Amino acid sequence: MNLINLPKTLTPIASIIAILIFCADVSGQDDLLSELQQSKKPEKEYTSASFKGTRVVNGHSIETKRSGELEFIISHRFGRINSGAYNLWGLDDAFIRIGLEYGVTDKLGIGVGRSSFNKIFDGYLKYKVLQQSSGPGSFPFTLTAFVSTNIQTVPKADTDPSIDFADRVTGNYQLLVARKINPQLTIQISPTLVHINTVDGSVADNDQFALGISGRQKITKSVSLNAEYFLRLNRHENTPYYNSLGLGIDIETGGHVFQLIFSNSQGVIERTLVTETAGQFFDGDIHFGFNITRTFQLKK
Amino acid sequence: MRIILILFFTTVSLNVTGQKYNLDVSLVSFYSYSVIEDISAENSESLGLIDLSTNRVAFIVPIIKFKFKKKLMQEHFNEKYMESELYPQATFQGTMVGFDSDALGKQDVSASGKLTIHGISQDVSLTGGIQNISDQIVNLSSEFKVKLEDYEIEIPQLLWQNIAEEIEVKVEFTFKLVK
Repeated sequence: MNLINLPKTLTPIASIIAILIFCADVSGQDDLLSELQQSKKPEKEYTSASFKGTRVVNGHSIETKRSGELEFIISHRFGRINSGAYNLWGLDDAFIRIGLEYGVTDKLGIGVGRSSFNKIFDGYLKYKVLQQSSGPGSFPFTLTAFVSTNIQTVPKADTDPSIDFADRVTGNYQLLVARKINPQLTIQISPTLVHINTVDGSVADNDQFALGISGRQKITKSVSLNAEYFLRLNRHENTPYYNSLGLGIDIETGGHVFQLIFSNSQGVIERTLVTETAGQFFDGDIHFGFNITRTFQLKK
Repeated sequence: MRIILILFFTTVSLNVTGQKYNLDVSLVSFYSYSVIEDISAENSESLGLIDLSTNRVAFIVPIIKFKFKKKLMQEHFNEKYMESELYPQATFQGTMVGFDSDALGKQDVSASGKLTIHGISQDVSLTGGIQNISDQIVNLSSEFKVKLEDYEIEIPQLLWQNIAEEIEVKVEFTFKLVK
């Protein structure tokens, strides 16, 4: 009987422990639910719904559309609020971007759009490289890589034949890093590179780096307040442009997200947003605008 | 003393086996009928235990494992209605009445106990059918209604017409004897 080899003095203690285990088991028998809870293995869960939309304010969020989802997005930006009653506080001068984004997989999104501001066509790819998760093997943030290209079609080729196609092209590269800190609050940082093929060297560089800082705070289940700032890291000393600041309110109803926006930027794509923001927010050069999105499930 | 110890451990292990059946195959589904669109979802990742010596039954339904046809709907279900990050599971624990574990064939039973959804517990009595398929396998099925208000599941105003205030839940469980 050397099954359990304990020093003699410990044996009474061991039997007390055994009795305790036994008692615990008897009560556990009555409580099936806690027995179940104990048998449950913790699982890794991916964090979802860090942002309501694919845009925080003007710039992209880490969110992509899921496989088979198509998003139709209309971004409308009015003129400056401080342009006076004659312009109906900016409502007379509106720019619009019409775009589509499709989820090829749950991680890979592809999008196209056309902005009336400088008549720019854009196309982009978004890929969720890493996903925030909880449970075993958890990961603290989501990383989405974003690449886009813009083709500015102003001025028309006929009117200025000296401009080559290459002069019209811009490439934008972003790493979107976000952490959903709690169900209400998400913070994102977005290191950004905008490469403009052809610039006026006296006021701008070809490669412009910026750091986007943005976040959202939900105030109800369907409404959140958003903010976004792009800090240009190597701004040209003679630049006539300002850093972009945007404030927004997201309202979500079923398949729609409405985003009401106040920003000193009138463009909504990275080039115009990060490097060509002409307004000074605190002087009142604020553009009111909205994004309206509708998501369609095309494939199951 | 060692013999007593061994006796204790033997009793403990007898307790564990006993008459307990573990949930093997599960399907929990719900339907919500409305004018605009019917909403439905299925979940096959529940956990459950049934003890035929005491007629007690318990199950856990992980909310995040409900699968919808529309993924956006699934996200809204978790984020806005069920608040799954705060309340990751729905649970039931109760005692079955009217079950004769020796009889064969399908029997009507009711189980009264606590249903917890969205962090709110309510005393309920669920009715359903139970069947001894063999001495190893027990089938349990139930259909019941969940009133969203009872569990403080709020529907945002703008969406009220999209979601019924009462949800029909269907449960189909196959339990296997724990060896």
